[in-house]
Amino acid sequence: MSFSEEPLLYIGVNLAKIIIVTHVVLVVCAYAVLAERKVSAWMQDRVGPNRVGYFGLLQPIADALKFFFKEDIVPGHVNKALFVLAPAIALMPSLIVLAVIPIAPPVVVMGHTVPMVIADLDIGILFLFAISSLAVYGVVLAGWASNSKYPLLGGVRASAQMISYELMLGLSVVGIFMATGTLRLMDIVNLQVDGVWNCFYHPIAFIIFVIAAFAETNRLPFDLPEAETELVAGYHTEYGSMKFAMFFIGEYAAMFGFSALVAVLFLGGWDIPFMSSETFASLGNWGAVVGFISFMTKVLAFMFLYIWVRWTIPRFRYDQLMNLGWKVLLPIALVNVIITGLFNLPKGS
Amino acid sequence: MGKVVERKKLTWFQELYLPQVVQGLGMTFKQMFKKEITLQYPEERQQFYDDYRGAPGLVKDQEGREKCVSCQLCEYICPPKAIVIKPGEIGGPDNVAETEVNENVEKAPKEFFIDMLRCIYCGYCEEVCPEEAIFMTSMYELNGQTRAELVHDKDRLYEIGGTRVDTIQKWKGK
Repeated sequence: MSFSEEPLLYIGVNLAKIIIVTHVVLVVCAYAVLAERKVSAWMQDRVGPNRVGYFGLLQPIADALKFFFKEDIVPGHVNKALFVLAPAIALMPSLIVLAVIPIAPPVVVMGHTVPMVIADLDIGILFLFAISSLAVYGVVLAGWASNSKYPLLGGVRASAQMISYELMLGLSVVGIFMATGTLRLMDIVNLQVDGVWNCFYHPIAFIIFVIAAFAETNRLPFDLPEAETELVAGYHTEYGSMKFAMFFIGEYAAMFGFSALVAVLFLGGWDIPFMSSETFASLGNWGAVVGFISFMTKVLAFMFLYIWVRWTIPRFRYDQLMNLGWKVLLPIALVNVIITGLFNLPKGS
Repeated sequence: MGKVVERKKLTWFQELYLPQVVQGLGMTFKQMFKKEITLQYPEERQQFYDDYRGAPGLVKDQEGREKCVSCQLCEYICPPKAIVIKPGEIGGPDNVAETEVNENVEKAPKEFFIDMLRCIYCGYCEEVCPEEAIFMTSMYELNGQTRAELVHDKDRLYEIGGTRVDTIQKWKGK
């Protein structure tokens, strides 16, 4: 289906996809905050939020209302334009990257096969890395615009950390592209559905990618830009109300984005073990539903890992972070690329 | 000179770091299924032992008579001087007794104040009282809108203390 053949249907279907994906992500983000608080409570022998609604299930709504109705304070000493811009830059890339992530097997709508990805780009993964790196500008600008010492320190740390780990992130997936020969995320998933999940083919790349993803999303043990024990609240010290909420949503949306990326690149996307693409196709549109549930299960499980790790591992010291990145992960990632290349030599020549 | 403590050398397995991380993750995962130790405060409350030192209160005996004879020993011993007693006479024109007159008892407090903003919960008043009329209760929620509210008067103190039923009946058969 293309725009030139059926313009109205094309626009309608794509709008529907955009609305569904955005809403699913934002709801998951809201409940990830609740999950974070609940899981941390359980791990510390506490109960966690349980007053708003049964089991605290309406807590995200209460939180959102609180953020909406708070006074929107812009301190007098900040650079106003950048101060207002920064939260938007922090949030938007995390949402934009979801455009290239395939979430389910194709759906048949009125005789047309619709791929369940908003933009099926041939260079999907490059687009994704390019856009997701922009998120660091949000953090750095917030630190700069706040015009006070703790946010600035947070911003400086964020830039150094994210630039360093961007490298490992990119290098770890190079192996996959060498083996699959494509940059389209849809193709990568399809290859895994009919073959073996990439996490078994590229275990080292998998581990490096996961570690780098923690650093890229500023989550513990790499949450140095925030580092509430040393930097008050890091880059968002001066922020309040909805602007702070945007940083917050941005962090969880980035978590969702990277969880989805791990699922797509390494855990077979919507694949269920022992199901091939024919099995999915034979189920018709129900195949897409099953696939979507499978995909979301992987994403949510990975988001749980994020939360789980946060409440287990203490923060790295800054030099340890850089040592780990440049002296450990980078060489391993490079060696991994070479080894993957050697394994794939017969295929290429 | 301080003592130099050599840092333990890590084994190669520990240096790998990742197995240790996994071990830690297992630890926190197990912790998730343990029973929580927090109380749901307004509904659930902590159970105290009898000798818990909460807010002091005056008690009445089994027959509803006030035990305090306003000897003022508690006022005298109170370290922060939180207690103020105005003694009164039982019988006669200025009778302060609320119940029937007991001819063995000559005095009762006309007014009895404990300033809870001064009280340090030391329990000396309970210890010193010869009539066992004042006790530290397990009440610990003290709050008020004004300072005056936190100066407990006689009525409030009896409300906190209530009636104490114990085996001693001092005035029985007298």
